[in-house]
Amino acid sequence: MITKSKKTEVVFTGAEAAAMAMKQINPGVISIYPITPQTYIAENISKFVADGEMDTEQINVESEHSALSAVAGAEAAGVRAMTATSSQGLALMWEILSVVSGLRLPVVMNVVNRALSAPINIHADHSDVMGSRDLGWIQIFSENPQEVYDHTFLALKLAENKDILLPVMVCQDGFITSHCSENMRVLPDTIVKKFIGEYTPTNRLLDVNNPITVGPLVLPDYFLEIKKMQSEAILNALKIYLKIIKELSALTGRSYDYFEEYKTKDAKAVIVVMSSSAGTARQAVDELRQKGLKVGLIKIRLFRPFPYEAIAKILQNIKIIGVLDRAESLGAQPPLSAEIKNSLYGRKSMPIIKNYIYGLGGRDLTVEQTKDVYKSLLEQKQQKNSIEYIGLNT
Amino acid sequence: MSKNRNIKTRKIKINPGAILKSDGSAKFYHTGSWRNQRPEVDFKKCIQCLMCANYCPEDCIPVVNDKRQQTDLNYCKGCGICAAICPVKAINMKRSRK
Repeated sequence: MITKSKKTEVVFTGAEAAAMAMKQINPGVISIYPITPQTYIAENISKFVADGEMDTEQINVESEHSALSAVAGAEAAGVRAMTATSSQGLALMWEILSVVSGLRLPVVMNVVNRALSAPINIHADHSDVMGSRDLGWIQIFSENPQEVYDHTFLALKLAENKDILLPVMVCQDGFITSHCSENMRVLPDTIVKKFIGEYTPTNRLLDVNNPITVGPLVLPDYFLEIKKMQSEAILNALKIYLKIIKELSALTGRSYDYFEEYKTKDAKAVIVVMSSSAGTARQAVDELRQKGLKVGLIKIRLFRPFPYEAIAKILQNIKIIGVLDRAESLGAQPPLSAEIKNSLYGRKSMPIIKNYIYGLGGRDLTVEQTKDVYKSLLEQKQQKNSIEYIGLNT
Repeated sequence: MSKNRNIKTRKIKINPGAILKSDGSAKFYHTGSWRNQRPEVDFKKCIQCLMCANYCPEDCIPVVNDKRQQTDLNYCKGCGICAAICPVKAINMKRSRK
């Protein structure tokens, strides 16, 4: 396969991988407002545009609110449009996030996850993206630069599918993924072009011969129906996702299931985690397996729509589950943990589920700490439903 | 699409994102249905200063040859601004939905 040749092997950071994918997609419009740690994507895109490697119209704006607004306008006009952001930037986009999904505009956005203020912090956690989890965006989480790159194409195909037509966020951990170099493979431009195809928007504001109205006032008599359609669309994504990943896997040789299972078959205790920490947990699993402990790992890739059925099928056969959240839902169950518990409601066997919060504001999660989590899971030391904080200095 | 008969919905095709396949759709939205009072113009008192037409937030007082016509009740919300601004008190708000 062409992708296995040496020429396609590169050393990229997560931000470079995202920018590379955006360059190969070559959308009509890109509007990004720089914010640490996403700035690196904006820098790369600006360079590509300045060097003539992309013919994208780059719109410079004064805020993230405007960046997403410009992208929404461009999509409504009928071109592919992309953006990227982090943390406070995503928070500032909040108003437009639900406008984009409500208008069914297939925007793809790379989100470099970073803690939300206050206190101000620039490092990785998922508090930014978890705040937007109910706004109708499809959310895909990436472990490493390779996944950021692959997921960006996957996101575009999902977004533009006529039975979905919804925006997609491709998430990666700030600095840990976005600024650390790893070797990965890129696809040739021609293969990417063929995979993503020509963009044929369903509606175009600039099609003056077929005038349309975008964003009309909808009062109680139709609002409910329109929201139901949106809900059906995001659920459609679950089915269509499987079709798209088959196509993408055929090109790359890598797999993109809703979630990655690692040594779960005979596992007694399993950790569920997202993004870069999956690498750490995998190492912990390997080391514990050498000592004969039956432990496994599930890395969630698709968080919205959440694959409840598929995940329940695997988890209901496991005795003890530890869910590691890199975000709090203050005053409630942590986000990932809540979804895992939801998926298991009403099943025949109910595993013990323990909640862990880790890595807020970029606090490191070490292999040793992860091994300790596995050990405490196997010992069933912790009380049910309490939340344990990994690495908390007391 | 809804089976709920409690809400009167006209059967129209709803497009994803509520996108309408036509332009100028606001014209078909008759804000006059909000009205609970109606402006009545006494054309004998009216001095055709056109203050009412200028101040009308719905722009529903037609002016033909510099003369105001009857208010377009399809769009008049009955706000009463025309009555309040009229310098000769030629407009009275009447309590009526029609």
